Amino acid sequence: MKFGVVVFPGSNCDHDAFHAIGDVLQKPVEFIWHQSEDLHHSDAIILPGGFSYGDYLRTGAIARFSPVMKSVEKFAAGGGLVLGICNGFQILLEAGLLPGAMMRNAGLRFICKHVHIRVEETNSPFTCAAQQGQILTIPIAHSDGNYTCDEETLKELEKSHQVLFRYTTPGGKDDTAGNPNGSTANIAGICNQQRNVAGLMPHPERAVEQVLDSNDGLVIFRSMIEALVGAAKATA
Amino acid sequence: MATAQTEIKVTPEIAAEHGVTREEYARIQKILGGDPNITELGIFSVMWSEHCSYKSSKVHLKRLPTRGKLVVQGPGENAGVVDIGDGLVAAFKIESHNHPSYVEPFQGATTGVGGILRDIFTMGARPIAVLDSLRFGEIAPSKNTTEEEAARNRRILDGVVRGVGSYGNCFGVPTVGGEVGFEPCYSQNPLVNALALGIARKEEIFLAKAKGIGNPVIYVGAKTGRDGIHGASLLASAEFTEESQQKRPNVQVGDPFMEKLLLEACLEAMKTGAVVAIQDMGAAGLTCSTCEMASRGGTGIEIDLARVPQRETGMTPYEIMLSESQERMLLVAEKGREQEVLAVFKKWGLDATVVGDVTDGGLLVVKDHGKVAAQIPAHPLAEEGPVYNRKIAELAPRKESEKDWFVFAAERTDLTANFKKLLAAPAIASKKWITEQYDSMVRTNTLAGPGASDAAVVRIKETKRALALATDGNGRWCQLNPKVGAMHAVAEAARNVAASGARPIAATNCLNFGSPEKPEVMWQFSQAIDGVGEACVALGTPITGGNVSFYNETLGRSIYPTPVIGILGILEDATKVLKVAFRNDGDVILLLDGAGGEEAGLKPSATAQEFSSSEYSKTIGGIVAGEPPAIDLAAEKRLIDCLVALANAGTVQSAHDLSDGGLAVSLAESCFAAGGLGAEIQIDEKASAEYALFGERGARSIVSAAPTKVAAVLESARQYGVRARAIGKVTKDNALRIEYNGQAAVAAPIPVLKDVWAHSLERNLKIQ
Repeated sequence: MKFGVVVFPGSNCDHDAFHAIGDVLQKPVEFIWHQSEDLHHSDAIILPGGFSYGDYLRTGAIARFSPVMKSVEKFAAGGGLVLGICNGFQILLEAGLLPGAMMRNAGLRFICKHVHIRVEETNSPFTCAAQQGQILTIPIAHSDGNYTCDEETLKELEKSHQVLFRYTTPGGKDDTAGNPNGSTANIAGICNQQRNVAGLMPHPERAVEQVLDSNDGLVIFRSMIEALVGAAKATA
Repeated sequence: MATAQTEIKVTPEIAAEHGVTREEYARIQKILGGDPNITELGIFSVMWSEHCSYKSSKVHLKRLPTRGKLVVQGPGENAGVVDIGDGLVAAFKIESHNHPSYVEPFQGATTGVGGILRDIFTMGARPIAVLDSLRFGEIAPSKNTTEEEAARNRRILDGVVRGVGSYGNCFGVPTVGGEVGFEPCYSQNPLVNALALGIARKEEIFLAKAKGIGNPVIYVGAKTGRDGIHGASLLASAEFTEESQQKRPNVQVGDPFMEKLLLEACLEAMKTGAVVAIQDMGAAGLTCSTCEMASRGGTGIEIDLARVPQRETGMTPYEIMLSESQERMLLVAEKGREQEVLAVFKKWGLDATVVGDVTDGGLLVVKDHGKVAAQIPAHPLAEEGPVYNRKIAELAPRKESEKDWFVFAAERTDLTANFKKLLAAPAIASKKWITEQYDSMVRTNTLAGPGASDAAVVRIKETKRALALATDGNGRWCQLNPKVGAMHAVAEAARNVAASGARPIAATNCLNFGSPEKPEVMWQFSQAIDGVGEACVALGTPITGGNVSFYNETLGRSIYPTPVIGILGILEDATKVLKVAFRNDGDVILLLDGAGGEEAGLKPSATAQEFSSSEYSKTIGGIVAGEPPAIDLAAEKRLIDCLVALANAGTVQSAHDLSDGGLAVSLAESCFAAGGLGAEIQIDEKASAEYALFGERGARSIVSAAPTKVAAVLESARQYGVRARAIGKVTKDNALRIEYNGQAAVAAPIPVLKDVWAHSLERNLKIQ
């Protein structure tokens, strides 16, 4: 099993994702350069947070044209696991691998703080190790995390159980009080219909050790590991 | 074609327009053996500007202690470097960007952060933390501030905060701490001081010495444009007038994305082993980097401007040499290995071009398409600029008497209402609205971010250690007594570091003052230097670098003298970081006092004089007078050693020093941070309740400990000569109750107090 963390010009949470997987979870992990079309036989790809191409034009809008994204698209089409965190999520939206788009935060400011998100679905390789309804404390750090989509898409997301995480209050209520950026339906993270590509604005890689005030992010990476182990057994 | 401007005949009048005095001009003639051409004059004018040459401060800066056994590199390089063990070193420095931040708050702040980050990675160190020390005018109207001024101050604050955030967030360095202060004197002259910290392996530190005759000089990073010409010399080296807004084009423009690429490329290029020296192009751009590298290396440098990547056409040598376009570096590579270096920059999509080479003879030769545009001996240019021992005149002593001082409330007054006002004062209120706009967590090393501990604490993943950093500076106190005020700045920063559990080891300073041409300002400066020096010696924290910012005045009015001190500490065991939050119901709260005595036996008039300089006196009484609290450096040292020992022994659950707003504010903040806990306090003293609860005398801290550990805490305190006494306990009823001599002095539910404290800033900023 091997994770690949893509490095775009301006990625700055690449080392954090690498640390979470390699050092904390002790799983093999490699960096993949944005100009490479070779994914180094990775079993799961992480598009990390940061400011790829300085967020110029629109968040993620330039990075989606990187050579590596062609391979990521192929990898995803073949069922490979792809997780986009923050800027990675924005890139997946721009690439059309996930539906919807990002707008500026409702308050028009960058926000960095711990928020609460509720696990809405455990039927995904990104949440299978979590409990349904589990409340995770995970930090956000973004200016453009106000997820939006048209009504039809929202209906589709809800119907197909693609909303994986919603912002809530510490007590678990998904009302506006818990929503830091004004996202539609308090959405914090979604997956595609095939459930192998997911994106979320909060940073699970920043919540993997108690000394960092939370290790609730581990459950997302553990889910991916479990899913990969399960898949390996199934094909064995 | 690019030489049109070089034909301008230089006269002493043109020199004067460049801020070059007649004496300085004569000196230039002597060095060159004749008149300079316009390009040469431009080069001299920026190198000899106050900002670059330190001509007014040099004679005083020599008095600062700069040596210590952990100091690897003291002042004079791009940043100070200290040994932090395990083969690692920390590079850190604080720098001001005050003037640009007034003229254009957003870009001024971004380029301030960008500049200090380059200073760090130029040394081969990867930046791991940024702190910002900010000062603004009042953001709400008052007797000193009109609504119009307050509105402008709010706009400046908003722009600066967005600027600081925008640069650090994109670059990927956590902004972990700092402080924000408000005084009317900063209304037209905000202070934006940015501190950056980086780490490197000891043997991989890079210096900016151009060595090896024939080695290629390589220009890397952003292209050169016409932005920022004379930013350092004309913006930072003169006071503000009504025309200053017209200097907006002199402010540089930052691009954090470019800087992130430059960081990664520079660190990767350094790893090739083919880089001999490197310096960033900050103030005075290409001029400063070429002549300083040559001067330090005892060599010369020859470059041809035709090879410099340019953003626009038709730039003259004058403009290219003086441009302060951001995100550029100059490096010297080993001859024959330049391709290895160039390849790294190509990989990161950056311009990298050989623009010249290192020469012998010590001349800086600037050519333009092969034709000499400027030719100046590098060493005299960089190091033999004018040095002024400017006139010093002590300020006339203030004629104050008891009637000018704060009058303490009658005994048994309920002080709760005043306490709420104090908690809402911008200096004391929560800065969360600001700090949440900064990414404080990227790189996942932040063990204590903004407000969590008295110092910001970042771990070093490959070791068991962590580094702690705090910045402090009380301009009001320095205005009342520059020497004592400066000593307090050092003491408070060191105390804050110790309250996080870390041992303070080294300091950096940013000295913000008015015009050096005013003898009273030079007196304040000289006094402050003495204070900083004395305190740094006493606390064992040598100054490793920093910067001086003069001319902080608008329309002839100086700011308060504001030395800002950054102190770095080492926490041997990262798991032992102390935070301000109370932890458990029933824990005992102890007051530690390094001075040992009860109110040091002060007479009532002396306490009133001291108290008149406090935040409480300013906020509640509208009085700013008297003297800062007397400082006892030995007491500070005892408290620092005691706090470090307590953290190491693991006997305390929390620690928080006493500073702005005194004991009551520290207690409240420890409750706020805990969430759901309160405190019950009993104090019996002779002084007035206000003095005991809100006084700001130094060398004090509160700690909390489990009842079973109290004896151990008392024993540690005794060993270090620190007076410790239990003053109450942590409760679960979520209220703060302080009894003074048996009477309720402050009593309120924590949620009520917290609401006032937590939201005051947004309310003042009128942001919903």
